[in-house]
Amino acid sequence: MTDATANPSSTSPHSGSLLEQDPLTKKRNASEARFKAYGLIAVCLGILALVVLVVSILNNGLGSFQQTFIRLDVELTEAKLDKNGNRLLADIKKVSTFGYAPLIKTAMEKKLDDLGIEIEGLSEKDAAALISKDGPAQMRNRVIADPDLIGQTVSFDFLANGRVDGYLKGRVSMESAELDSNISPQQLMLADALREEGSLIKRFNWGFITAPDASENRPEASGLGVAILGSLYMMIVVLLLALPIGVASSIYLEEFAPTNRLTDLIEVNISNLAAVPSIVFGILGLAIFINFAGLPQSAPIVGGLVLTLMTLPTIIIATRASLKAVPPSIRDAALGVGASKMQSVFHHVLPLAAPGILTGTIIGLAQALGETAPLLLIGMVAFVREYPDAPPEGFFDPASALPVQVYNWTQRADPAFVERASGAIIVLLIFLVIMNAIAITLRRRFERRW
Amino acid sequence: MPVLWLVLIVIALGVVGFFAGRQRALASAGGDARDLHSLPNYYGANVFLFVVIPSLLMLLMWALIQPIVIENQVEGLIPESAIAEGSSLGLVMSDVRRVADGLDAAVAQGAMTAERASSIRTEFTDVRDRLGAVGVALGSDVGSEVLRAAQRYRALSGTYGWMKTIAVLGLALAGFAYAFVSTNKTFRARNTVEAVLKALLILASSIAILTTLGIVLSMLFEARNFFAQYSWTEFFFGSTWSPNFRGGSELGILPLLWGTLYISFIALLVAVPIGLFAAIYMSEYAGPRMRAVAKPLIEILAGIPTIVYGLFALITVGPMLRDYFAQPLGLGESSASVATAGIVMGIMLIPFVSSLSDDIINAVPQSMRDGSLGLGATKSETIKQVVVPAALPGIVGAVLLAASRAIGETMIVVLGAGAAAKMSLNPFEAMTTVTVKIVSQLTGDTDFASPETLVAFALGLTLFVITLGLNIVALIIVRKYREQYE
Repeated sequence: MTDATANPSSTSPHSGSLLEQDPLTKKRNASEARFKAYGLIAVCLGILALVVLVVSILNNGLGSFQQTFIRLDVELTEAKLDKNGNRLLADIKKVSTFGYAPLIKTAMEKKLDDLGIEIEGLSEKDAAALISKDGPAQMRNRVIADPDLIGQTVSFDFLANGRVDGYLKGRVSMESAELDSNISPQQLMLADALREEGSLIKRFNWGFITAPDASENRPEASGLGVAILGSLYMMIVVLLLALPIGVASSIYLEEFAPTNRLTDLIEVNISNLAAVPSIVFGILGLAIFINFAGLPQSAPIVGGLVLTLMTLPTIIIATRASLKAVPPSIRDAALGVGASKMQSVFHHVLPLAAPGILTGTIIGLAQALGETAPLLLIGMVAFVREYPDAPPEGFFDPASALPVQVYNWTQRADPAFVERASGAIIVLLIFLVIMNAIAITLRRRFERRW
Repeated sequence: MPVLWLVLIVIALGVVGFFAGRQRALASAGGDARDLHSLPNYYGANVFLFVVIPSLLMLLMWALIQPIVIENQVEGLIPESAIAEGSSLGLVMSDVRRVADGLDAAVAQGAMTAERASSIRTEFTDVRDRLGAVGVALGSDVGSEVLRAAQRYRALSGTYGWMKTIAVLGLALAGFAYAFVSTNKTFRARNTVEAVLKALLILASSIAILTTLGIVLSMLFEARNFFAQYSWTEFFFGSTWSPNFRGGSELGILPLLWGTLYISFIALLVAVPIGLFAAIYMSEYAGPRMRAVAKPLIEILAGIPTIVYGLFALITVGPMLRDYFAQPLGLGESSASVATAGIVMGIMLIPFVSSLSDDIINAVPQSMRDGSLGLGATKSETIKQVVVPAALPGIVGAVLLAASRAIGETMIVVLGAGAAAKMSLNPFEAMTTVTVKIVSQLTGDTDFASPETLVAFALGLTLFVITLGLNIVALIIVRKYREQYE
């Protein structure tokens, strides 16, 4: 340093000129820039991963909200559906879906004749197969709901077969139909013809959200109704159990617990439970709630109990943080005017901590909503078509759950189910976004800084 | 009487007690609340608690003990001869319970009168058909011993049910009477109520201990059953995993552990550099605006459920890796692979590593950075030579926590890693993990007597011990480090 000030015009490599960088400085600055770039790249990679993930799910799943329907005028012949002609519900119910299938076939033939569509090598049976195997059931339900329809010609919007739906969504092509035993290029040509005529349309499908699951060979009819209901029931159980227990336990630990062995033990246990793999909770649920306590398999109550145990640490940690944030002066003031310790906590500290507790609870619920692994072990993977009853009996009925339904659909062979699994993920993510948005709003609006 | 009704009656009684107690306290003070020791509501609450808590506790105990007592008494009715070859007392007892439930259902639906249900004999009636008609399917024909035991079971349940109702309601009334009588103006109701409340709070916090205990005991118990049927040396040191539900399976954990560790290793290989550099950039370089946008975005990754990552691995990452890397390089044909699961799991762990490291880096005192910068070091030199070394123990702790997450992760590996238990070095080959095998051994129809099912509990226990160990080590490191600077 002293050298440099003494000889400002020196030309040695370590001249210290501010205008010219010597090689070492250059190297150091380059390494600085590189290091900074690494950091930026890492951040970008993280965000890129998020974007790719979301785009891939949306890309695959948005299609499942739309479904192909075929409009067909079906003559509900009295001779087939109500032989006695007296419109007795008991008699009408005796006709199974097999009794309805021929009606669709006739209606399809008539339609083709009317339009003058003739496709070489397309049998009548193949033409009728354009309509989902669920079609007869759809008709039967409508007739049972309104027996007066018998004898009339009624226009139905039938679900199209999954492959036809796939054709409209680009999943199935003429070439792949060539190799597929479930669909032929002729059928697709018919689909094209119907589409031009306007009776084959793609539109929003409420059934995807409200209908129950459907079997392996009719992906077009499957929906999330039972799964959403099951998840809702489980969330109710979790809320009813985890919130009071979590809050009570945090109040004790934060406000009353003496520093002793027991308190330490509880604290260690809570922090450990927060890190136990979720599947272990599933094993616990299977061994204790199902095998030991004899609760039914695949019931929302068992799922709710398991998820409660998983959510407790989250709620406890959040509640303790917000209890801690209430300044001691509030407690002191309450004690000063003669409140007991318990009164000061329940009348003053707890209400002030409530927004924080609610936020933590909602975030805990959101976690529980997305949890899959433990539910697999307690039998929620079962195929359930029946909606569970209203609570409280419904808590003991078999049901599915949203994330488990996703898993279930990925295990099926038909590629249409992959689309539906992604669609189910979108529904799940929408619920999560709503819950988190509520939590953030609550925090923004009500949280006080002291 | 159904339990729900019993509970409702007890609670209703408690509410009545609340008002009665409150009234009595006020009356004893001549209607002037100032003469009472506590606020009037405390007297009411005192009666309510005395009515509800002992009787509901009684109900709970009864519900736990009654089945055990009944089983003990009914088991005596089943002679050795009634237990078929290859069956066990437990299986026969479950038949007994099913028949008893079936008879209950038959009576409830009116298909059978109550007397008939307790007097039918297998010699005269085909019980299986009769129960099948009311929707109770039985696996095999009902033997006369089983039917008799089932009838006895029903009779006992009925008797005990009545005793339960009487005991619970009696206790509720006794509590009512006791608390009501002891209510007067000098009675310290607030102290009693608060003591009970505090006991409830303690009870709530001990649920954490009970859960841990439940986890450990349930797994230990079933794992012991497993090790009674399968040698532990073969389990821990066997290198083949081929379960066979007809017997003669080889259940070595090593290939599963290998898959688990390999996948976790790849996940950490992705997550640690990205997470660490992201944390360094966020805490040392990024401006407040960048931080406000990027940090929440990365943390969204932590809020996404694992099933979403699993599906991502299955439909996007897996096929991509197969088409662009594995097949051109001739390394494999499967889209489910160690690399698929590892990379996706790595993405899941990025926010975990980054937010933990961010906290730790922020905890390094500013004076240390200032000292280094003052000596002429560049920012990156300061980070590399001062900040990171100072934060190293914490970062190691964060990595260990991430590793424990990776080892216990289930859905990503179920959907992304495959099901073949193999020990290979090729990352593009499908391998399987401990968690995948727990799922596959415990879903579907399971028989809790066979080692193929019970092995899941031994696997679960191993997993629990490994993750617990990692967590404890990580927490100790993190805690020790924090003490240094606070």
